[in-house]
Amino acid sequence: MTQLPETTERKLGLVIDLDTCVGCHACVVACKGWNTENYGAPLSDQDPYGTPSGTFLNRVHSYEITPKEGTAKLVHFPKSCLHCDDAPCVTVCPTGASYKRVEDGIVLVNEDHCIGCGLCAWACPYGAREMDAAEGVMKKCTLCVDRIYNENLPEEDREPACVRTCPAGARHFGDLGDPDSDVSQLVAERGGMDLMPEQGTKPVNKYLPPRPKDVLDEVDILAPLLATPETAEHRNLSGFLGWLDRTLEKI
Amino acid sequence: MHPAPSIILFTSLSGLGFGLLFFLGLGYPQPTGWVGFVFFLIAYFLAAGGLLLSTFHLGHPERAWRAMSQWQSSWLSREGVCAVAALVVMGLYALGLVFFDSAWQPLGWIGALLSLATVGTTSMIYGQLKTVPRWNMLPLTPALFLSLSLAGGALLAGQVTWATGLLVLAALVQVAWWVLGDKALVSSGSDLASATGLGAIGDVRAFEPPHTGTNYLLSEMVHVVGRAHALKLRAIAFGLGFVLPVLFLLLPFNHLWGVLAVLAHVAGVLVSRWLFFAEAEHVVGIYYGKR
Repeated sequence: MTQLPETTERKLGLVIDLDTCVGCHACVVACKGWNTENYGAPLSDQDPYGTPSGTFLNRVHSYEITPKEGTAKLVHFPKSCLHCDDAPCVTVCPTGASYKRVEDGIVLVNEDHCIGCGLCAWACPYGAREMDAAEGVMKKCTLCVDRIYNENLPEEDREPACVRTCPAGARHFGDLGDPDSDVSQLVAERGGMDLMPEQGTKPVNKYLPPRPKDVLDEVDILAPLLATPETAEHRNLSGFLGWLDRTLEKI
Repeated sequence: MHPAPSIILFTSLSGLGFGLLFFLGLGYPQPTGWVGFVFFLIAYFLAAGGLLLSTFHLGHPERAWRAMSQWQSSWLSREGVCAVAALVVMGLYALGLVFFDSAWQPLGWIGALLSLATVGTTSMIYGQLKTVPRWNMLPLTPALFLSLSLAGGALLAGQVTWATGLLVLAALVQVAWWVLGDKALVSSGSDLASATGLGAIGDVRAFEPPHTGTNYLLSEMVHVVGRAHALKLRAIAFGLGFVLPVLFLLLPFNHLWGVLAVLAHVAGVLVSRWLFFAEAEHVVGIYYGKR
């Protein structure tokens, strides 16, 4: 059914910390690996040893930001499906293959019903959906729906592959519909933001902006030489040691 | 957007075909017997042939029937429903004209409305997309598709007066669509600052793409080749699509001028439709520092 649910019981999604992401692309590789070996059609590559292209559900961009003052900085920017509340990709689907789950808000594609028209990819402002060139069906992030509820996996592995693998801890998974959840707290604390809010998609995934860089106070390079020499008065020792200190200083 | 030949042919030809069906349904003209057969054959060849062509760009054409199911939310689904309904109703109307020499007029009126609705739903498939600001101009994009379809339909139906008026109307809508479309991306408010949310820190520039190679998103939605000659192509589309046909129609009527007017118009619409895709910028290009 391609009509969106009024509300979802939970809003499972990711919080991505642009401050800590180091741009290693481990999440990209973990995503491709898991989603090629498990749920749905594998993510194919075309001409991998020539001029390669392939299907990815998670891609890491890098942006240079030049502030008004100070030096430019580099921000690595992982991007995958944002599991929008108002997902335009779902409502445009003519076959009912695309849907948003009421129980957890995950946006999925029923690959057996997908005709591969590509309209949902056109409707997505984030480039989260990619048509697989080998299978002719639309692929997208499933939030590793086959991991997070999978009781055959150890409990610590029941989170999306990208989150599990991130060596910098830049990706967080949880229920963004619950204001008390860790991810919601993180969003509140760090000012989590929506991408392209003007598109009206109401994304569930949030991005944490980079923290301001530490600023050192102005320090004179001659400081060690200019420092006042220590005196017995400064040391202010008491008792016998104090008497000795003061006496020796006088000599 | 990538200008896929199958979609350009489909939207142009089926637009003309449904335009012709609209005039046939209203009874302008109301041909019977063999003449009627040829008129409806041309209309069905264009309308249904176009629909068939559109399935060629699908990953799984054998599942195309499923596309009829989501008419409550999807414009693409509505298009499928309207198209099939229009073709069935107009088919019955044609049956009466061709074989029984009688116009079952209520069917014609319903069929005409459904034909128009089909073109309207086609235009909304593009008009609904906020991600492509140049297409997301409502009601200008539906006006463009409908006026082109009606002008072409009148031309094919041999309604000289109507065709002349509608061609002038379509030409005006086309110019307005081009002029306003050129400002659409900027006024959509989407840029690298909003796309990354990092605009508050400073000027954002795409530094490195995710992969060294290309991908589906870039080949499907970031098409830059055609834009280099956009202005020349607009002039060609305008000349062929509107100026020449109107000139041919203003000449004393002759079937040769009529045929030339149709050919010029179809060629112009194809160029215009190619530009419709090639010039359209998808906001996902912003993430790649392209448009």
